Parts: sequence; C-alpha cells; structure tokens
Amino acid sequence: MTQKAKGMPKLFASVDTSVKELVDLEIRTATDTAELTKDKAKSMYKSMEDIRNFEENVKRFFTAGEIPGFVHLYAGEEAIAVGVCAHLSDEDYITSTHRGHGHCIAKGGDLKGMMAEIFGKATGLCKGKGGSMHIADMDKGILGANGMVGGGFGLATGAAMRNKYKKTDRVAVCFFGDGAANEGVFHECLNMASIWKLPVIFVCENNLFAESTPQWYSSASRTIAERAAAYNMPGVRVNGKDVVAVYEVAGEAIERARRGEGPTLIECVTYRNHGHFEGDEQSYKAPSGEEKEWAEVDPLEVFRQYAIENGLLTEEELDQLREESVRDIEEAIEFTKESPEPSPESLYQDVFAD
Amino acid sequence: MAVMSFIEAINLAMKEEMERDENVFILGEDVGKKGGVFKATQGLYEQFGEWRVLDTPLAESAIAGVAIGAAMVGMRPIAEMQFADFILPAVNQIVSEAAKIRYRSNNDWSCPLVVRAPYGGGIHGALYHSQSVEALFANTPGLKIVIPSTPYDAKGLLKASIRDEDPVLFFEHKRAYRLIKGEVPLDDYVLPIGKADVKREGDDITVITYGLCVNYALQAAERLHDDGIEAHILDLRTVYPLDKEAIIEAASRTGKVLLVTEDNKEGSIMSEVAAIISENCLFDLDAPIMRLAGPDVPAMPYAPTMERFFMINPEKIERAMRELAAF
Repeated sequence: MTQKAKGMPKLFASVDTSVKELVDLEIRTATDTAELTKDKAKSMYKSMEDIRNFEENVKRFFTAGEIPGFVHLYAGEEAIAVGVCAHLSDEDYITSTHRGHGHCIAKGGDLKGMMAEIFGKATGLCKGKGGSMHIADMDKGILGANGMVGGGFGLATGAAMRNKYKKTDRVAVCFFGDGAANEGVFHECLNMASIWKLPVIFVCENNLFAESTPQWYSSASRTIAERAAAYNMPGVRVNGKDVVAVYEVAGEAIERARRGEGPTLIECVTYRNHGHFEGDEQSYKAPSGEEKEWAEVDPLEVFRQYAIENGLLTEEELDQLREESVRDIEEAIEFTKESPEPSPESLYQDVFAD
Repeated sequence: MAVMSFIEAINLAMKEEMERDENVFILGEDVGKKGGVFKATQGLYEQFGEWRVLDTPLAESAIAGVAIGAAMVGMRPIAEMQFADFILPAVNQIVSEAAKIRYRSNNDWSCPLVVRAPYGGGIHGALYHSQSVEALFANTPGLKIVIPSTPYDAKGLLKASIRDEDPVLFFEHKRAYRLIKGEVPLDDYVLPIGKADVKREGDDITVITYGLCVNYALQAAERLHDDGIEAHILDLRTVYPLDKEAIIEAASRTGKVLLVTEDNKEGSIMSEVAAIISENCLFDLDAPIMRLAGPDVPAMPYAPTMERFFMINPEKIERAMRELAAF
C-alpha cells in the first residue's frame, strides 16, 4: 500500500492476498510419473537455455543502445513456452504476445532471423518491419507475436476453427498474459471456442503484473483458471516455473483438443523478473519476503535438478547443452551483425499481394 | 442473364463461390438457420451445412478475429456484420490484425477475408442501423473497401473480393437490397477491385459517387438529358484505395465535378476524392468542386422528417447538377 492509500477503504478483498497465497492456490505441480524421454528432456532444456541466452544478449545489446525501439524480456518464464511447445509440431499453430521471444524460440523459430528482426535488419523474419513485438514465422506455425494485448485470441480461435472444419488433429495455442485476460475479446473467444469445441488451448502466463498493475488488483476472480467454469471448459492452474508440471498439464489439454473434446484454459503462474519493458524503473514492484523467494525460483535450475534426480540427464550433459546454446546464440548475433539494414523504400513492400 | 434484386445477386455470388471452393465459409449472427436478417444468406445453410454457414454468438470482435485467424491458415471466410454500425466492436481486429498481418510478417501470412455489412439509411433504422462507416476504415492501408451500386456489380465484385488475397470490407446499401434490380449473368464472372467504372458518358458535368447514390445520380442525369445537359457519371466501386487515374480522367473531362456521398461530409471518402482532383486537375476545372453529402451530425436521426432531410435522393442530386451545369 502506498502512503496515499493508507486509511482508505480497501478496493476489494483480494488486495490482501499475499503472493505466496496466490501462487499456492489450487496449483498443479509435477507428478513423479511424468513421461519424459531423454531426447525430449534434452530438447526442452536446450530450448530453455536458448531463451535465457537469447534474452540475456538482447538485454545486453539493448542496454548498450544497439537495439532500436523497446523490448519485453521473457527470461524467467521459459518453463511455460517450452513445456507447452514440447507437444507441438510445425503443423500446430501458436499466437504469441508482446513478450514473445520465448514462444517463438520454443516453437522452433529461427534464432538468426529472430535476432536480426530485433535489430531491424533486412534478414529478420519480418524483414525489419516487425521488430521484437511482431515476430512471425509461417514455416513454424507462428501466427505472430503481437503488440496488441489480446490480439492472439481471435487468431488462435480462428486457426482452430479451420483445424476442426478440415478434420485434422492440429491444435492452436494462444499464449496471453494476466493483463490480456481482462480484455473483452478473451470472453468472446473462450465462449466461442467452447460452444464449437475447437482444438485450441488458452495458455495464460500469469506473471502477476500487467505492465505495472498487479493481478491481485486487476482481476475480480482470484485466479484466471477459475474463469474456465463460466465457459464450461477445464481450467487448470499450474506452477509456471516448473517445466515438467507445465508439460504434463499442457499435454493433457493438447491431447484432449486433438481428440476433438474442445478447449482448455491453463493458467501458468510465474513471476515477471524483468520490467514490463527494458528500462522500466519498476517503482511499483519491490519484492521482499515470500514474493522475493518466488521471484528467485529459476525454472532452469528447477529442471536441471529434476533431470539429474530422475536420471534423465547428467550434469555434464546439461552443461554441454548450455554451451551449445551459447554457441548458437553467438552465431545468431554474428549473423545479425553482418546483415544489411533494409532499404528505406522497402517500407512500400508487402502491403498487398502483388 | 436474369433480372434479380441486389440482395439476390449477393446471395448468388456467395453460393457460386462456396460451390467453387470448399474453403469459402460464412460466419455471423443469424446467418445460418435464419438465413440472415436481410436474407442475404438464405438457402446456404441448407445447401452447405452448419460448418460453412456458421451461426455465431453476438460477438463482433470474435467474429472478425476468428475469421482473420481462419483466413491466415487457408480458409476464405466471409464474416457478416449484421449492420455496418455493429462493425465498431470489431475495428481493432480489422485494423490491427487483418490490415497489417501481411505487412508485419514478411509476406508470410495473409488475410484473404471478406467482411460484408449492410450500410446506409432510408429504412427508419435510426442511429445504429443506418450509418455509413466506410470513411472510418479509409485511411488504413492494407484494407480494401468495395461498395457496389448494381446487382451486376454486386455479384462480380463480391466474387472478386472472396478470391482476393487481402482483406476486403464489402459494404452493401441496405435500401438497395430490394429496391435496385437489374440484369445479372448466371455464369461465372468477376469485376476488378480497385477500378472505378464509368456508368454514363457525358461532356457537360461529372458526377463521382458510389453505392446506392449511383442509381440516384443516373436517374437525375436522365432528367438533365431532357434539357440537353449530359452528365458523365463515375462509379468508384472501390472507395479505398481509390482509382486515382479514373478520378482524374473523369474530372478533367468536363471540368465541373459534383461529388456525392450519403456519409456525412467532413472527412468522408469525397474529401479524399476532392483532394485528388485539387492536386491533379486544378487547371482543368471550370468550377469549384461541389460536394453533396449527409449533414455533419452524429448519426442518422429516427423521425421520418429528419431522415428524409438526411438522405440523398435523385431530386437533391438533380438540383446540385443543375447548379453546377449553370456555373
């Protein structure tokens, strides 16, 4: 509570909810019987490392003033994108958000093309027109990151509608944040997806902050997942820092969608370690106590521990994957630095089909 | 060839395209079992089934959004907005997603979508069932806006819109639905999007307009013809992006230009047409550009007296044409 608010009536009851309580509320954690093969574990850990390294480098270059515009970093939320996308093929679709680097990497987006796009280069996935917030890649089924909050709901539901009409078992995944859950189109699309039993999975990344507004202030429901009841679809809350837990929950939802049984709402609870954008002073956020403890849980470390304890991967293997990832990101940076800038006139291209 | 009403031509265009391409489907409020509130989709549910003539909840944002998503992955959706006024909740989807997806995705994704909506007044629909909304979208590159005037044009332009690789807003004047009848070929044809059409040749004055007003302008032109004044009438057909070449040619031909729209005047399609003429034809003009448009009030009022005052009709156009001819 700020000084100003002292003595004022509470806006609503959930203001007093601690982060710890909120995180623990009816949350699914990993079971002991998660079906993870060694290869799957490898590719998932590599993907998490790729996201982490990619973001750390973006942060470094942004701070050095080498990236134009602004960036929203995904580091710390890796378990969600990776846990979900581990079930998807290039034939499945995803929609992403303004904080979208992680989804695109987890879905197999080309690291070089992504990095070049963020630097505004002609070799970027969108030829420099999109930048950080609008990475799209048709070959990988990435319908696009999106600078409009809630922009993915319609696109994912529409892609799922096509999948149902064509009688395929492809699914569409809509990643969105706790902030987007309060947009009107959330309601319209969840309702529509449910009445038509569309193969779409709505994955809410609840990092507890919509820009500067905490979830416990802006949502009348204590959880996002419980809203699923209103749409007659399963709603599951899962530890979003535990990639195995996300993998299990997403797997059930995706299988359900592939079987034609309709959509699921998954709320992955995590924490936004970075500012809303890089350079955000975050005066609204000073984690201490249990909030700090939750913030400091590192999904990469959680998975390393799990993989070692369960005999999936050795420490050496994990370190090797980390090194591989560092090399891949270095290559992407090198590619980006060598890439030309787009010609100013190319802004006239791709308005319409030729 | 058959004589049919404007709305029958719309219905036929959709039927033919749905028979031709199984990716074409319709979604909207009451479009299925009911066949649409104006009956534009009548019979299609019975012929093509519920998944191709999809009744939606009342959720315009999702109707547009779902159509856009489906279009991106290979479908050819026709999203019906029950009234053009109801498109407003869907503006974000149309402007932020449909119009920009090709541009922002390296030409990877495209959005071959048609949004159909009945616009215009004259049926006592009052504020939210009478508006002309085309100008709201007419500074959004990435969109095309088509407004047909005749049954022949409606069929050919709608078929072209469905086949177009980019998003098209297709506005149909609801008063034209049953009022305007004409010859329509029963075979397959398309008309070019982005091209205006000369509906009448003349050398004395030029009238540039679109939609229902084209019919009124043609009626007025016949009355002037009896007095030896020949009007040249250009039907814009596509109001965005505009066919600049055709506008310049039509304006230069007579040097006297009347621009007619039912939309309110300031910031209308005709503001842009006037600007094009000013930039290109100043020295060919023999009179100031004249505009006849709806009054600048928030929306179409309800009472028949006020609605009549608002609406364009052949008499209003005739008066303006005579004034211009005498200049």
